[in-house]
Amino acid sequence: MIATLNNHMPLREIVPAAQGRARVSSIGARSFLLEAPGEFDLAAQRRIWALSQTVRGWPDIAEIVPGMTNLLAIFTEAPEDPDTVVARLLEAWGNARSIDLAGKTIEVPVHYGGEHAVDLPALCDLARLSDREVVRIHHEATYRVFALGSAPGFGYLHGLDPRIYMPRKTVPSLKMAKGCVTIGGMQTGVAMLTGPNGWNSIGFAELQMFDPTSPMPAMMAPGDTVRFVPARIEL
Amino acid sequence: MIEIVETGPFNTVQDLGRPGYRDIGVSASGAMDPFAVRIGNILVGNEEGAAGIEVQTFPFSLRFDRRTVFAVTGADGDPILDALELLPWCAYTAEAGQVLQLKHPPTLARAYVCIGGGLDVPSVMGSRSTSLRGSFGGNAGRPLVKGDRIALGKSADIAPVPASGLAVIEPAVALRDVFPDLVDGTLPVRALPGGEHALFPDDGDAFWSQTWKISSRSDRTGYRLSGEPIKPTASIEMRSHGIVPGVIQVPPGGEPIVQMSDANTAGGYPKIAGVIECDLWRLGQARIGSRIRFVRSTHAEARAVEQAVARYVEDVRTTSEMVKRALRAMA
Repeated sequence: MIATLNNHMPLREIVPAAQGRARVSSIGARSFLLEAPGEFDLAAQRRIWALSQTVRGWPDIAEIVPGMTNLLAIFTEAPEDPDTVVARLLEAWGNARSIDLAGKTIEVPVHYGGEHAVDLPALCDLARLSDREVVRIHHEATYRVFALGSAPGFGYLHGLDPRIYMPRKTVPSLKMAKGCVTIGGMQTGVAMLTGPNGWNSIGFAELQMFDPTSPMPAMMAPGDTVRFVPARIEL
Repeated sequence: MIEIVETGPFNTVQDLGRPGYRDIGVSASGAMDPFAVRIGNILVGNEEGAAGIEVQTFPFSLRFDRRTVFAVTGADGDPILDALELLPWCAYTAEAGQVLQLKHPPTLARAYVCIGGGLDVPSVMGSRSTSLRGSFGGNAGRPLVKGDRIALGKSADIAPVPASGLAVIEPAVALRDVFPDLVDGTLPVRALPGGEHALFPDDGDAFWSQTWKISSRSDRTGYRLSGEPIKPTASIEMRSHGIVPGVIQVPPGGEPIVQMSDANTAGGYPKIAGVIECDLWRLGQARIGSRIRFVRSTHAEARAVEQAVARYVEDVRTTSEMVKRALRAMA
């Protein structure tokens, strides 16, 4: 089955970057993941947003999950012929024109440093910057919500300054608090649940960003702009 | 009302889950054996998706405070109503004050108590399932504890159930041709190669050919498998992408994880394969310490299984409605 899938796409190029073609693979029989080629950037994500709008309208779609320059499409039933689904997704990707989502702007007050900023010293070492500079670089940037996932209401934010990229930890912190402002690789975000977390914490935000009883449970949505506003800097 | 009289940890209110919110990071949750919930609900005259109790630690007992229809489905083993041994996969009427007890099942993992009217906990984001990770839904977002009292919904038909019960031939038996039996105590689980399958040498042979054990670090979120570690030929960093229950990821240690009902919504580990949706209930009934083996499947086979399941469910629904109509006519 997967051998026929390969006719449609360069499935063997595993790293979803590089060359020009999107890659489609399956998870179980009903779900298909399309990964955009190229850089992890806003241009690719805008096409993913466009693709999401198209695929969401298909009558045989149960649910879609946009990710970071990729889209998981969950169908209502297993297709008889997966090649047809792969071809439809690739065609929709080919037709997807960059769109910009008219998002809102969210200001997140942050207490930089302090007891929750457990990884700030390590980031300063890695970046060869002072804690003051790291904090300034983090809050001066403007971020876009690329996608939500991983925890209820958690937004993956794009726009981190490369000077403060920091890889995820190989051994996660066992009990990082909900509200920690974190950096994971080239992304930043605010922890939504207290628990194990591999991202690096540099501060803390009180803002409630998820309410399961609300008609709009998540405060963030793809396309939103996020700014971190220093409420307090404790270094 | 029902009252929880005794319970182990991690027994929760579940229905068929809250799909549709993965794009805001909310896991679907829902029963680990959704098939059992659907059949149990049909037997007691509920909508298929009514909320029941998922019991995965035993013994468990509850007291009914009104006359009601109920059925215990899923796991093997005989439920006990007061002192009377009953059959699983069979609807009975309980009188007010009677106590239903479930003992440790002989071989399977999870029993479902479905009650006429369903459990009337608030619906959160379209479902009454407990989201343990998010601490919402179900009974106050947490597992049941002794003394919990849960309201029952209005039963559409306070159904005439024969005194001897209204039984169904359970899926594992009725669909024997569709769901292959254990082979030497090992459960065959059908799966399709996943996005990074090609990264594993010899066409993933080490994954497909070995028998995996479900480790003790397994729960509703995922099963960690123990066995001979499998390693990709190259290590890669994937961008975060949506995942669903059944995805089989290979973390750096090489021992696969199968995501289950409380699956995270996003992941980045290499995916060697994905369990076909229709086999997930069998995996949900596989116990910690038991052995499984993955069998390479196709989309066409998965579709055929889906259709067989749909026919069986339809059959159970039609027959049970017919029996109830007949009983009502006789009454």
